[in-house]
Amino acid sequence: MRRVACLALVVTVVTVSGAQAAGDPRHGRELFRTGCQSCHGVDAKGVRGNGPSLVGAGAAAADFYLSTGRMPLDQPVSQPVRTDPPYNPEAIDDLVAYIGTLGGPRVPRVDLSHASISRGQRLFTENCAACHQIAGRGGVMAGAFVPTLLEATPRQIYEAARIGPYVMPKFSKKQLSDDELASIARYIDYAKNPENPGGWELFDIGPVPEGMVAWLIGLFALVLVIRVLGEREPE
Amino acid sequence: MKRWLIALVVLLLGRRRRALALPPGREPWRGDRRAENLTLLLLGVTMLAALGFIVLYATNPDTQFLGAAIGFAFVALAAACGIAAKRVVPQREEEEPRAELRHVQDEDEAMLVLEEGGEGVTRKRLFFLAGSGVAGLLGAALLAPALSCGPEANRVLTNSPWRRGRRLVTEENEPISAGTIGIGELVTAFPEGADKEELASPVIVVRVRPDELELPDERRDWAPQGLVAYSKICTHAGCAVSEYRYPLYDPTAPGPAVVCPCHYSTFSVTNGGHRLFGPAGRALPQLPLAIGADGVLIAGGDFSGRVGPSWWGVRKG
Repeated sequence: MRRVACLALVVTVVTVSGAQAAGDPRHGRELFRTGCQSCHGVDAKGVRGNGPSLVGAGAAAADFYLSTGRMPLDQPVSQPVRTDPPYNPEAIDDLVAYIGTLGGPRVPRVDLSHASISRGQRLFTENCAACHQIAGRGGVMAGAFVPTLLEATPRQIYEAARIGPYVMPKFSKKQLSDDELASIARYIDYAKNPENPGGWELFDIGPVPEGMVAWLIGLFALVLVIRVLGEREPE
Repeated sequence: MKRWLIALVVLLLGRRRRALALPPGREPWRGDRRAENLTLLLLGVTMLAALGFIVLYATNPDTQFLGAAIGFAFVALAAACGIAAKRVVPQREEEEPRAELRHVQDEDEAMLVLEEGGEGVTRKRLFFLAGSGVAGLLGAALLAPALSCGPEANRVLTNSPWRRGRRLVTEENEPISAGTIGIGELVTAFPEGADKEELASPVIVVRVRPDELELPDERRDWAPQGLVAYSKICTHAGCAVSEYRYPLYDPTAPGPAVVCPCHYSTFSVTNGGHRLFGPAGRALPQLPLAIGADGVLIAGGDFSGRVGPSWWGVRKG
């Protein structure tokens, strides 16, 4: 009987953490000591002014920051930006497993089966586009860069929405349900190579280049009109 | 007024000019009827487009149609001017032997040549009327938007639907429970039962850590549980303040603020909406919040200041 209960417990634990890749938390802890401890402190308890405590940050945050190469960071005060992750995927899994043992949100399960691009576009417009720009090309906001979403995977989009990395606000499940996040992820995937019925996408970065083109064409047309008007009548 | 207008029309139509005697041997300029017709047509189109602008402005000011109407008016006017200059006004070049320009008689003759230039145009009065019509209607079209600055404007700019005890609702008209807004989240809310399109309706609600708050003393009880609300309308140009930054770890990142995406005016959310950066001239008006008996957010009163872009009456506050 005890054996059955034990087995049931193991099964429950495995099911609950099912979305996470099976990393080795012990190896992750070793990696943490060499790579992360100088800023995040002994046992990830944080170093005041350098790096936050990761107790309760969760596997989702670790997976987001490590798989996008935002961590490790050269300077603790600079904004983390996407790079090629210095850790290989196995090492990331181990680190994520270690941070996961400290509590906090798990790596989310991504299910795009009910996602809809049009719903995703509406939600993205309402919640994300003010900063990330309507085609997800990123931009600036006062005091920070807004990253492009072209390289973001659906899992990273889920994680970012829930944890609110750097200065990004958080989105609770009440604000954006998992299904809605799936639609947003689907739209972002579509926005990487959107259809352009108008023809010329101009890097999809919005009204500035479009306005420039309009001005250049308009100015050229005006010069032509002036040239024609100023011509003398043939005698 | 009406009599004056009739008098003006009679004056314009009734003015006859003496026929000029052409010097012997000079052929009169033959007007180009087709060009004249085209010019008149274009002037008519200009008037119609300008009239269209006024009608559109009065009925449904969709900026796309307004821009199209006024743009079309100017394009048609430009085309009319171009054709008139090329085809309607005489283009003949003639040399006149003249000993000295300062001779009185010669100057008279030069004046005659100048006036004669206009003689070739066959329907001068029609042109004059069309020109006056264009000037009048296009001028009226340009002045039409000024009518929005009437007494209605003051009501739109100063009216606020927020009253003490009025519930905050989402865009779907659901009351907002205080517990559902977490730290680092932003929620857009509206007054229950009010017109969401009104300038003072939309507010942003965010939750910060209560120890982060640096509100002025008189607003100390405006932020229950660290929940603060501000007008969503930027005090610079009236855009929707829709960007929110809340640091995951504040010692290494910029502090909590809302940012207007139009010109990057940045307002702190912890100290009463003070401007941190950008062209806005004054703080974002704060809405006092309270938590009702059933745990939903209600307004504790009206805004701390005037909502919306600054104008001459409101620059501070």
